[in-house]
Amino acid sequence: MPSNCLPSIRDQLCKASDSSGRFLWSAAASVSLGDLLRGSSLGGRLPGLLGRSVLLATQDQLAAALALVELDGVAARLIICPPDLPAEHLHSVMARGGVDAVVSDQGLGGPLCVTCSLTITPVKSEQVERRLTEWVLLTSGTTGGSKMLIHDLRSLTAAIDGLNLETDVVWGTFYDIRRFGGLQILLRALLGRGSLVLSSAAESVGDHLLRLGALGATHISGTPSHWRRVLMSPQARAIAPRYIRLSGEIADQAILNSLHSFYPQAAIAHAFASTEAGLGFEVNDGLEGFPASMVSARGKVAIKIEDNSLRIRSARTALRYVDGEDQALADKEGFVDTGDIVELRGDRYYFLGRRNGVINVGGLKVYPEEVEGVINRHPAVQMSMVRSRRNSITGSLVSADVVLKGEPDLSSANNQIADLKREILQICRESLAAHKVPASIRCVSVLELAAAGKLARHRA
Amino acid sequence: MSVRADVISQILQIRGNTKKESPPLTDDLVLVDSGLDSLAIAILVTRLEDTLGFDPFAEFDDASPPVTLGDFIQCYENAVKLSAVDSRPTV
Repeated sequence: MPSNCLPSIRDQLCKASDSSGRFLWSAAASVSLGDLLRGSSLGGRLPGLLGRSVLLATQDQLAAALALVELDGVAARLIICPPDLPAEHLHSVMARGGVDAVVSDQGLGGPLCVTCSLTITPVKSEQVERRLTEWVLLTSGTTGGSKMLIHDLRSLTAAIDGLNLETDVVWGTFYDIRRFGGLQILLRALLGRGSLVLSSAAESVGDHLLRLGALGATHISGTPSHWRRVLMSPQARAIAPRYIRLSGEIADQAILNSLHSFYPQAAIAHAFASTEAGLGFEVNDGLEGFPASMVSARGKVAIKIEDNSLRIRSARTALRYVDGEDQALADKEGFVDTGDIVELRGDRYYFLGRRNGVINVGGLKVYPEEVEGVINRHPAVQMSMVRSRRNSITGSLVSADVVLKGEPDLSSANNQIADLKREILQICRESLAAHKVPASIRCVSVLELAAAGKLARHRA
Repeated sequence: MSVRADVISQILQIRGNTKKESPPLTDDLVLVDSGLDSLAIAILVTRLEDTLGFDPFAEFDDASPPVTLGDFIQCYENAVKLSAVDSRPTV
């Protein structure tokens, strides 16, 4: 293992002089970064984890964050279990990752099990030889199990390096920090002199917003689906962010406009990021898609479009798959294929959807996200999900589930909903090819989100 | 509303969204000449499934596809009759 030329998270935190006033907050507890630097959440058992391949599997998100700070630069490899990893996959993840130690707050068995907790015990500072830890992240793949991707602190933080670092930033995120999107925010908070308000799976959207508001969150991050739920909450006014960040799904113009009008004081950015490709780029002009000029432009991130899919090469992409796995991560030129299909219209590229999410209507492709983007333009629509519906004639047709803003007036609910459906279809017909227009629209009260905060698409 | 009326009403709605000239809806009208392409027919079947609660073409795999509008309506009427027989009390 090469010696580390990049200071570990802990070393970087120690260098910053202001850590005592900085916190990590969960729904139930908080820890001051200053206390963490003077002690350990691992009961002083960190030296035993030196050079090991450590599985971090906690129930509590804050416990995971504390352990990550301690283990970076000490463990040879750090495998971060997402909260929704099915129990039956755990053994395979451990075997594939070559795990020889487990850090957990739930008494998991295993080769060497170290308990982590929210209690910081004072420890004497020991000089340990630092190393560049491999961070292994699992993708939120819904079929065929998760992929395990290796990053290191350099790839994870290359986008943070060089940013203007404000000192009074309180980050909030709707993500879980054990996935790529949330981990990016944890690292921004830690290395960018901020604090962080963590999410909690058990907490309602309204309570989370109240907590974010009470703790003065200034920078808040989530998927477009997370943000649509925020705007549906009566507590949406509890927060007053200066910066809103969307990633993980396509940010369509409707959600960008809604957020801008609801939080006019906030700068709004949508970022393209994935576990494989790392943080690709951010778009700050308030418009969906991204300027075509970004493709082929010289910079830290190179972008190319091949077979209509977005490909990215940068120092921020994952290094490789854990076990060599089935396929190469990058092509010969080092570009990672994101699997996101884009279309050039005028001087801008627009995201159409995921290559593997395509609906086949009589041999013609439909990307659900493209249709959702059009449906969401209707002012009464809060969010929508387009799915395939089996049909005896064409095989599949496009069908849409729609969540409306507010409750329809009960006295005329049926007529009102029928009118709304007609209007939505009219917008679709004006903007989409006939095979992309939903054959049916259902009004539903809620759309399920998967653990990663994206719409739960149950693909066949 | 009768099954026939449901079918006609849905066809008119779907055809109303296209700007093509369409022939009158008679029983001997050949479906593929009715101003509905295969996508529109698929949409028609889906809408009728939402209204009537079934798709006769999904349930009878070996049935020959309807050629005329009359055949098409007949498929729906037969399915309604069958379901009425199925749901008779057994005592």
